[in-house]
Amino acid sequence: MKKLLIYLKDYKKETVCAPLFKMLEATFELFVPLVMAAIIDKGIKEGAVSYVLQMGLLLIALGLIGLVCSITAQYFAAKAAVGFATGLKHALFEHIQGLSFTEIDTLGTSTMITRMTSDVNQVQNGVNMVLRLFLRSPFIVFGAMIMAFTIDVKAALIFVVTIPLLSAVVFGIMMITMPMYRKVQAGLDTVLGATRENLTGARVIRAFNKEEEETRQFEKKNESLTELQLFVGKISALTNPVTYIIINAATILLLYTGAIRVNEGTITQGQVVALVNYMSQILIELVKLANLIITITKALACANRIESIFEIQSSMTWEQPPCVAKEPVHDLEEPPYAVEFEHVHLTYAGAGAESLSDIDIQVRKGQTVGIIGGTGSGKSSLVNMIPRFYDATCGTVRIDGKNVKNYSMEELRQKVGVVLQKAVLFAGTIRENLLWGSEDATEEELWQALATAQAKEFVESKEGKLDAVVAQAGRNLSGGQKQRLTIARALVGNPQILILDDSASALDYATDAALRKALRELPGETTVFIVSQRASSIQHADQIIVLDDGMMVGCGTHEDLLQNCEVYQEIYYSQYPKTESV
Amino acid sequence: MTDKTGQRQTLGKVLHYIKKYWFYLAASILMATVTVALTLYLPILTGRVIDLVIGKGQVDYTGVFEILKKMAVIIALTAAAQWIMNVCNNKMTYRIVQDIRNEAFRRIEILPLKYIDAHSYGEVVSRVIADVDQFADGLLMGFTQFFTGVITILGTLGFMLSVNVAITGVVVLVTPLSFFVAGFIAKKTFTMFKLQSETRGEQTALIEEMIGNQKVVQAFSHEDEALEEFDEINGRLQDCSLRAIFFSSITNPSTRFVNNLVYAGVAVTGAVYAIRGGISVGQLSCFLTYANQYTKPFNEISGVVTELQNALACAARIFALIEEEPQVPEKPDAAVLHDVEGKVDLENVDFSYVPEKQLITDFNLSVQPGQRVAIVGPTGCGKTTVINLLMRFYDVNQGKISVDGADIREVTRKSLRANYGMVLQETWLKAGTIRDNIVMGKPEATEEEIIAAAKASHAHSFIKRLPQGYDTLIGEDGGSLSQGQKQLLCITRVMLCLPPMLILDEATSSIDTRTEIRIQQAFATMMKGRTSFIVAHRLSTIREADVILVMKDGNIIEQGSHETLLARKGFYAKLYESQFAS
Repeated sequence: MKKLLIYLKDYKKETVCAPLFKMLEATFELFVPLVMAAIIDKGIKEGAVSYVLQMGLLLIALGLIGLVCSITAQYFAAKAAVGFATGLKHALFEHIQGLSFTEIDTLGTSTMITRMTSDVNQVQNGVNMVLRLFLRSPFIVFGAMIMAFTIDVKAALIFVVTIPLLSAVVFGIMMITMPMYRKVQAGLDTVLGATRENLTGARVIRAFNKEEEETRQFEKKNESLTELQLFVGKISALTNPVTYIIINAATILLLYTGAIRVNEGTITQGQVVALVNYMSQILIELVKLANLIITITKALACANRIESIFEIQSSMTWEQPPCVAKEPVHDLEEPPYAVEFEHVHLTYAGAGAESLSDIDIQVRKGQTVGIIGGTGSGKSSLVNMIPRFYDATCGTVRIDGKNVKNYSMEELRQKVGVVLQKAVLFAGTIRENLLWGSEDATEEELWQALATAQAKEFVESKEGKLDAVVAQAGRNLSGGQKQRLTIARALVGNPQILILDDSASALDYATDAALRKALRELPGETTVFIVSQRASSIQHADQIIVLDDGMMVGCGTHEDLLQNCEVYQEIYYSQYPKTESV
Repeated sequence: MTDKTGQRQTLGKVLHYIKKYWFYLAASILMATVTVALTLYLPILTGRVIDLVIGKGQVDYTGVFEILKKMAVIIALTAAAQWIMNVCNNKMTYRIVQDIRNEAFRRIEILPLKYIDAHSYGEVVSRVIADVDQFADGLLMGFTQFFTGVITILGTLGFMLSVNVAITGVVVLVTPLSFFVAGFIAKKTFTMFKLQSETRGEQTALIEEMIGNQKVVQAFSHEDEALEEFDEINGRLQDCSLRAIFFSSITNPSTRFVNNLVYAGVAVTGAVYAIRGGISVGQLSCFLTYANQYTKPFNEISGVVTELQNALACAARIFALIEEEPQVPEKPDAAVLHDVEGKVDLENVDFSYVPEKQLITDFNLSVQPGQRVAIVGPTGCGKTTVINLLMRFYDVNQGKISVDGADIREVTRKSLRANYGMVLQETWLKAGTIRDNIVMGKPEATEEEIIAAAKASHAHSFIKRLPQGYDTLIGEDGGSLSQGQKQLLCITRVMLCLPPMLILDEATSSIDTRTEIRIQQAFATMMKGRTSFIVAHRLSTIREADVILVMKDGNIIEQGSHETLLARKGFYAKLYESQFAS
């Protein structure tokens, strides 16, 4: 929580003023029983109606001042809390964006989204409540005690005993029940999981006639959740009666002591009434405080979760982009290879085994490289290292002869265009999506990219063409359309290196072939990496890399590999049975 | 108007659930009455004590003691009654919630697939979890606060009237002001809250898009633009949140101010009456306590009413799910399919998901035991429709489907589905161990049988390598397993029980070729001598099929063997040309 507090620093004035005004309001509230005592002791005893009226006006005045103070406090608290949350969200968004793929994988995107939305809201709520109430309630509790002291020391001693006792009970019960409520939450999560599972797996569950079994299991989970809720409920149901007993036992003592003191002539009847009133004020505030603490605990838990995100640092450091517009090309001779892997190993964070072992590749500018291999053989891992989504655990990846670690992020990502396996588009228009590739692309360039990606035809058929609306996550487009648009998006940036990570899987063979043909004809010398499961997609590549279990088991042309690479043969003939290929 | 009747109907249904727990409800109401009556009696006793403590030497000790003793007993009784009431409320609420959840789940298990396919899982889950929770909160709050609130108001009114009519008049006249103020503010802030939640929704959508697809954002160095967009929304949210939070937080100080007015009014009129000798000081102090107590439930009840309305709205959503039309119930005399040979006939079948879009019209097919049927067509042509009909996930609109001559609507779903083995491309695994997943179709399987099945489906070797082998826990939907491994597990699941008819979905791109070979081999083992329907992507499968169904746009447009279809030179021939003849 501490680290998050810096987002309050722009709202120092508000943060201080809100509790201050709340305390002011509380102070006026504390005067009310005294005024009442005066009405009884002076007004009633002496029969002074005008005095009573005066005091009545004073009560209203106190209320009015209280109202003004309190509204002021609410304003400051709201301003500070909302401002705090705004700043926090900005920082969090920025921080998350700076995380590398490794951290994204470990955290999971859904976690990050929850942190940014509901957790931040909870914290905002907590800050708001703390500013409003956290000082007010203890202030009234202790204020009431001090007021009691001004009336009579002996009677006030009852307050001294009652307050800690009450606090112990209220907070004690809370301390006991809070961890239990966490268990209840966990129980609810299991019930939620079971429900979702039965929706996603409805077909399989019915195919295996598991409905009754699943219902039984659900009811069991539900039963244990209910039992837990009832158990916790029983304990927290104690709070009210116990506090009731304590406060009223204290009142009885107060009345008793009061009776003695009045008989001695130390205090008046009106003051006894005031003491009783102070006692009930304490009760009201303690209940509020207990509720507040629940809100605070929730907010603190959320704050800690948010903080833990801030604590995660990107495991990747980037070169700063050069300040000078462009370094002069110091090496006149063309670097020998566009992309080069030198004894590269990769182990993902938290994984036991290597995902890539000792990869050694040289790719010349303008070449097309096919990468083929089984699931989990490391194909995606390999290409993901080119734009430096992941860093090599050991070994070096070079682009144009320069280690990828020595590029600035902008420079590298501009050089390398990637089409990821999952075709992701964003809400907006087709044009807006394409412009991600390069913000200042012209209309012509966009159409050119679409043509290469074999997407021109269907975009033209859309109403609004480039300005046709893309729904969130591209839901209004088919799988194949989405894939082609993501390819076009990567092409818009005119990358020197283009990576297609199994990104033509939803295309039919004819379109796939046309796409490959268009890519070959790209102007300039674009180096293309194609990851695929289909032998036909990579068959004509200048160089085919065959991966098996993280190891490179073959590298060469289709003909070479068919001759001497067992894994390649196996893959190829499974798709083109021998009898067929002749 | 319809809204009101709808609410009344929902309320009626809620009462139906409560009926089972009438005992707790009765106990709760009884205890609430006792609690309130005793709580209200206490200030009267306090007042009497005060009246006995008039001044120096004017204290009636015996009288004071008598009353204090009485107070002690009453306090103990009140606390006990309070606790019993709380426990009863808890029990009733959580049991009702449990019943509703169970019922909802049972309904999910018998809902037609049509409903499940048409609704987002998240929405249904949120009904069963979040809505029920909110309903429970509202119900609990209603029970605990509404009853006691109403009884307190009535009780206080009675007690006050019995002491003094005029002062009561002051209380009754001024209190509604706080209602009025609260209502006024609520109305004013409604639009602000609406704007806030809209803006918040906009922000959440952006967060989901950008953080959810962060890899793409990073691949295109789009972070700055995303942050810019985020900040713009964030700024707007800050403005409208501040307004919404501030204006709504005026409510509390305002109603508190009205309470202070009531207090002052009672103090002044009470004091004037006391001077005239109409009431005693003790009665005045009692009145002041009542004045505080009387206004509190009003404020609470206004909160409770919104909460209850909200709870009813949630309840209505849950009931909508619970009352959703279940799948067509089984005929009472439905036969049980056994010793199935595997003859499947489709006669004059018409089918469509929505009436406006007719899909399959007058379709006929006769499959002999042991025959293989391949279903082919481009992606998205509706191949799963056939599976939906065969498994009776959906019913045909016209015509009939029969197995071994029996209309599948005339036999039990259970026995029909038990005779099919289904492996879908969209694998689904439940959270649990590997073993749990394998034995879904045959819970009584022995260890040997399980391992034999896993070996037959080539899954044994990878399962063995998992940390806990067959007892490895996998998360919801397979968790860390690769797509291929998940599919192998799904095959093992079917392999274990091996029913006489099979529905298989051949893998496309998500699986690598070598795993695919294993899957093919497993498929081949399973298909021997069994009637099989295969959604096919591979040439060899298609060529070996006895019948090929060619689908396009959801309709079956051609059927026949490979040769006859080729000879027809129709859609199949074109498809074949584009995909396989390279």
